[in-house]
Amino acid sequence: MATSTVSPLTRPLPTAAARLGPPARPRRIWPSLVLLIGALYCLVPVAWVVIASTKSNSELFTTFTFAPGSGLLDNLRDLFSYGGGQFAQWALNSLIFAGFGSVACTLISTMAGFALAKYTFPGRQIVFYAILGGVLLPGITLAIPQYLLMSEIGLAGSYWSVLLPSLISPFGIYLARVYAGAAVPSETMEAARIDGAGDARVFSAIALPMLVPGMVTIFLLQFVSIWNNFLLPFIMLSDERMYPLTVGLYTLLSKGSGTPSLYSLAIIGAAVAIIPLVVMMLVLQRYWRLDLISGGLKG
Amino acid sequence: MSAEIAAAPPDRARRRPRSRWVAPYTFLLPAGILFIAFLAIPMVYALYLSFRGLRVTGDGPFGVQEETWVGLSNYVATFTDPEFLAGFGRLAIYGAIAVPVTLGLALTFALLLDLPRVRGARFARTAIFIPYAVPGVIASLLWGFLYLPSTSPANWLLGQLGLPELTVLDGGILFGSVANIAIWSGVGFNMIIIYTSLRGIPGDVYEAARIDGASEWDIAYRIKIPLVGPALVLTGLFALIGTLQVYGEPTTLRPMTNAISQTWVPLMKIYRDAFVRDDLSLAAASSVVLALGTLVLSVLLLRITQKRTFGES
Repeated sequence: MATSTVSPLTRPLPTAAARLGPPARPRRIWPSLVLLIGALYCLVPVAWVVIASTKSNSELFTTFTFAPGSGLLDNLRDLFSYGGGQFAQWALNSLIFAGFGSVACTLISTMAGFALAKYTFPGRQIVFYAILGGVLLPGITLAIPQYLLMSEIGLAGSYWSVLLPSLISPFGIYLARVYAGAAVPSETMEAARIDGAGDARVFSAIALPMLVPGMVTIFLLQFVSIWNNFLLPFIMLSDERMYPLTVGLYTLLSKGSGTPSLYSLAIIGAAVAIIPLVVMMLVLQRYWRLDLISGGLKG
Repeated sequence: MSAEIAAAPPDRARRRPRSRWVAPYTFLLPAGILFIAFLAIPMVYALYLSFRGLRVTGDGPFGVQEETWVGLSNYVATFTDPEFLAGFGRLAIYGAIAVPVTLGLALTFALLLDLPRVRGARFARTAIFIPYAVPGVIASLLWGFLYLPSTSPANWLLGQLGLPELTVLDGGILFGSVANIAIWSGVGFNMIIIYTSLRGIPGDVYEAARIDGASEWDIAYRIKIPLVGPALVLTGLFALIGTLQVYGEPTTLRPMTNAISQTWVPLMKIYRDAFVRDDLSLAAASSVVLALGTLVLSVLLLRITQKRTFGES
């Protein structure tokens, strides 16, 4: 189990060479073909939005779907001037919610997961079951009571109302516990204690560096989940300037059903909105330790 | 002086366990506070609200509306509301398409990626994973335009061939169209989870089978699939939870079609009850039903599959 949790996602394992099998076997074509069809299926909508974002409003409904248009610069200008620069504000909001939220959530989850994996204390089992319950409970069904409680304390409609609920991720804590259990040897902690290190120091100087790969995974999962969240900001926020991209683009689209000129805005907005996340994922792909998730159930 | 020195060791020995005892709680404190504030309290509050309601009190024409305990009447209203039940029906159809197709495709792609010497595997893996980075609302927007008759490439092609247009946002096809968005978004992530789980199996496990002349089919079916059982259970669980929470996709498609009502899936109805009709108690009761339903289904799934996957090994 320890070995399966430690193998990186993208780098081929050394065993890959051993798996090549007898060299006499010919290369098969059909696996590549099926995978290629899958890749096409996944790329077509992305390609479409990139192409459609170059079309002017009249071209959008008249020219062939995958024929590039001539309106890219106009669309970009319209997008960033819409509502006095609202789109840039939405993008910034998404970045604030997802960036700050996921960094804080990662630290909080790692501390909690470390405590659950590496200490025995009264109530540990109860805490662990509460977290498992939290993983299985659809958090989004709590959005309405969360909203009501936020309005009670006068936070509804503020940045905090979206930020604070996204700081807690039972699944992140669960992953941190699994990873800490496998990556931090108790002997190393004991040795540091004998050298006189306190618990805070054992955590920050010994455990934390060992936990970095797991933390990157939790950070990315949480970043994507906050960036993609729709219902929570949709319920909590009423000021359009505080919207994240998802809610902002939704309002653009629903207004667009009355005025088709907003369609091309929604399209260029979608194209601009997905590019940073796709780039981030391609760059950080090698650091993902998603085996943590699949190994997780055994732990 | 000597007494002080003698006293020091027991004092230290006493302090150390205490700090060891306090440390885990300190590490858990931020998570605990957030868990209580944003998960436990809202849950209890939803339960409380679900038993409350507005009732007219006082006699005659001067009765006033007052919030009181109403017992189970919100739950009765939830379970007898044809729209809520119909929403669950639609959710069931949607889930019956989305969950098996997502998992089936994810497993197929993962097994193909894991075959030795497949051309283009690296490219395909990255390409199939990309939709994970696209928020559900934006994915619905992209597919929505691909579905929309005036911008759909399929209809352009049909038009060129002189064939009638295809409507995918209406009738029975609508379920497939909405499910397709979830499938598109979910296949890559699930594929990677299953694939990493496959890579975790030591290669020599297959060697004996290959020497015995087993085909890649046999290896996949008899060795690989049983071994990635836990990963399949986990992805199935996430797909199930995701299905019950579906909200953003149909809501985004709503401006494009009349076939999606305001109460198309349970969460949409809960949202309408709470914010359009101001019936918070009913919304709370429906939320509790939805959350409990999810919990029961996930525990059931874990029980059944764990017995199978772990009972054999």
